[in-house]
Amino acid sequence: MELYTLIIFSENHPGLLSQVSNIFTRRQMNIETLTVSASSIEGIHKFTLTTYSTADSIAKVVKQIEKRVEVVKAFSYTDDEIIYQEVALYKVPTDALLDYPDLEQLVRKYNAQLLEMTRQFAVLQLTGHSEETQAFFEALKPFGVMQFVRSGRIAITKSSSEILSKFLQERMAKQ
Amino acid sequence: MSTELITGAEALMRSLIEEGVDTMFGYPGGAIMPVYDALHDHHDTIRHVLVRHEQGATHAAQGYARVSGKTGVCLVTSGPAATNAITGIADAMIDSTPMVVIIGQVGAALLGTDAFQETDVIGITQPITKWSYQIRKPEEIPWAISRAFYIAREGRPGPVVIDFAKNAQIQKFEYKYEKCNFIRSFIPTPAIEPQAIEDAAALINSAKKPFALVGQGVILGSAEKELAAFLEKANIPAGWTLLGSSALPTEHPLNKGMLGMHGNLAPNLKTNECDVLIAIGMRFDDRVTSDLSTYAKQCKIVHFDIDPAEINKNVKADVAVLGNAKETLALVTEKLNATTHTEWIASFEELNKIEAEKVIIPELQPKGTDITMGEVIRKISELTENKAVVVTDVGQNQMMAARYFNYTQSRSMVTSGGLGTMGFGLPAAIGAKIGAPERTVCMFAGDGGMQMTIQELGTIMQEKTGVKMIILNNHFLGMVRQWQELFFSERYSETHMVNPDFIMIAKAYGIKGQLVSNREDLDAAIAEMLSDDEAYLLEVNVETKGMVYPMVPTGASISNMIMGDK
Ligand SMILES: Cc1ncc(C[n+]2csc(CCOP(=O)(O)OP(=O)(O)O)c2C)c(N)n1
Repeated sequence: MELYTLIIFSENHPGLLSQVSNIFTRRQMNIETLTVSASSIEGIHKFTLTTYSTADSIAKVVKQIEKRVEVVKAFSYTDDEIIYQEVALYKVPTDALLDYPDLEQLVRKYNAQLLEMTRQFAVLQLTGHSEETQAFFEALKPFGVMQFVRSGRIAITKSSSEILSKFLQERMAKQ
Repeated sequence: MSTELITGAEALMRSLIEEGVDTMFGYPGGAIMPVYDALHDHHDTIRHVLVRHEQGATHAAQGYARVSGKTGVCLVTSGPAATNAITGIADAMIDSTPMVVIIGQVGAALLGTDAFQETDVIGITQPITKWSYQIRKPEEIPWAISRAFYIAREGRPGPVVIDFAKNAQIQKFEYKYEKCNFIRSFIPTPAIEPQAIEDAAALINSAKKPFALVGQGVILGSAEKELAAFLEKANIPAGWTLLGSSALPTEHPLNKGMLGMHGNLAPNLKTNECDVLIAIGMRFDDRVTSDLSTYAKQCKIVHFDIDPAEINKNVKADVAVLGNAKETLALVTEKLNATTHTEWIASFEELNKIEAEKVIIPELQPKGTDITMGEVIRKISELTENKAVVVTDVGQNQMMAARYFNYTQSRSMVTSGGLGTMGFGLPAAIGAKIGAPERTVCMFAGDGGMQMTIQELGTIMQEKTGVKMIILNNHFLGMVRQWQELFFSERYSETHMVNPDFIMIAKAYGIKGQLVSNREDLDAAIAEMLSDDEAYLLEVNVETKGMVYPMVPTGASISNMIMGDK
């Protein structure tokens, strides 16, 4: 089992998310992360999701997803084929933070940002891969983290050609 | 065309007429009443068949679609009617039947409020449809209906559900229809790759022992002629899946019989002996392959299919030929060497002999006094000059009909393959007769399945549909009983049935019929059944503990068919 990132482009119609997630549910596969957003092309929605799978079964899943009428294209990638990123937010008690002797070192080491600070709590932000945001969470644990949240993965492919735009051009030429 | 203001319900009617719909199957109710009201003005162009249960409407639409090649259309109301239609929708999905099901829905303002007879139709049907769409505004009607028919019909066919909110049926709008012939996100038929054609032809030309597997894709693609030309040019023997039956005439010299669990011995065993296996419009269902780890391991595999998701899904293909089989088969045929494969073809005979001796002759010419299912089916096949459309229910009757009816023309076998829906037979036969009125339609059902949709006798009565119904009554849920006999130590848990007087039931519906229990009476009864074009119910008491052989037990290799000891 390996982590795969799926990038799915669809028409912007209601119900697409459940169609996609149904395909995973039926195969007892977990979606680890999911981000739904607009794409660079108007009217085309983009799903970025990660899941643990094998090369064989991810290929089948991609075909099942593409088979849905309103899915334009679906692609799967391994980590070496994409640039990817996540963002995490951490809420920690202000007191604990202020009492910490090496606060500067900690923030420097992880390159975290301070987004908000009140007398009760501070909100820190870190972008990176999940191992990095997780490591920062571990490092903050002694302060008593009040809340922690990590976004789904977003990703950009390393390939030099933009397959989707080409595909859409070809399709529209056929109309 | 000038535009005018009309109601959504009227717009639906006109849209259906634009799509060439002249028949639909349905049942009215609150959330679809405006549509039924509009229909009242169009009875001269659209025939509406009033069924007795919405499941019946879906199966009838399936039967209609399967024999005619047209898209079946259903019209039902919301809530319980929608859920009643689910079985047929799921059945059409797994058996790739083009169907558009229009379901009433509460008004858009009430959606999500648990209103009376509101049910989440889109949520329920999305996984079992090719497309489902909720119309909330009348302006969406032409767009949604034209897309519905395009999607249901094009490429690998399937069911589409239109969830039609009541307000959109009532409100008026400027109607203008445009047929859909393009959806950018949907490629119904993948482009043919010349390399795949080359590779397929080369591989098949290299074969000493080629074997073809014929699926419903051939029928759906109207590729029967191309199939025969392909097989004949290189003398390739072929087996067929349940849904591929009748794509190739039974008596065609290269037709080697049915594949799978209750298929014929030779095509199953030869699948595991051939050197090149050529799958055409079939999806390697587990009822065909059984244990995958021992399935077709010795050979190279060429897979023709219109649906890219079928390639490598269950069985890995060495060459995948995407496209409509009608085109791809013709292209590959051009490149085939004319060969004979005489010895290879002759080698099927030995196995045929074994099967004939152990299974077929005892079934068709039984020594005992009890009538067998097989002999009834073969007699009816002969007495209809092998020209009837066969519609089956599910169970032993279905397997026997597939095995012992002789098919001479395509689209002659309507059965629930992928879902195995008991109760499919009777309503599907009604739809089949309406879809092919010039043909004799013979429906075979068990005593169990017949009672799952027996209320559709009312539809036959009202519509005067001349369906020939044959109940093969073994007083058991036969197929389940067979498994209990073989795999559950003959513990017949809940499979014995106390049945009503079927002939009296038919009579109550004004349908003629008779019960036959003795072999001597069978021919005359069949002759009487076939003597006119009216509906007829023939009930035949068959042996109570008949078995369908040969059989691949679940999970076994197809090479290990059991033959029984008749
Ligand atoms: C709706 C539905 N329920 C249950 C089954 C399971 N099942 C498959 S075959 C069978 C027995 C069918 O009995 P009958 O209709 O009498 O036909 P026979 O096998 O005797 O020909 C049953 C119960 C099914 N296929 N469909």
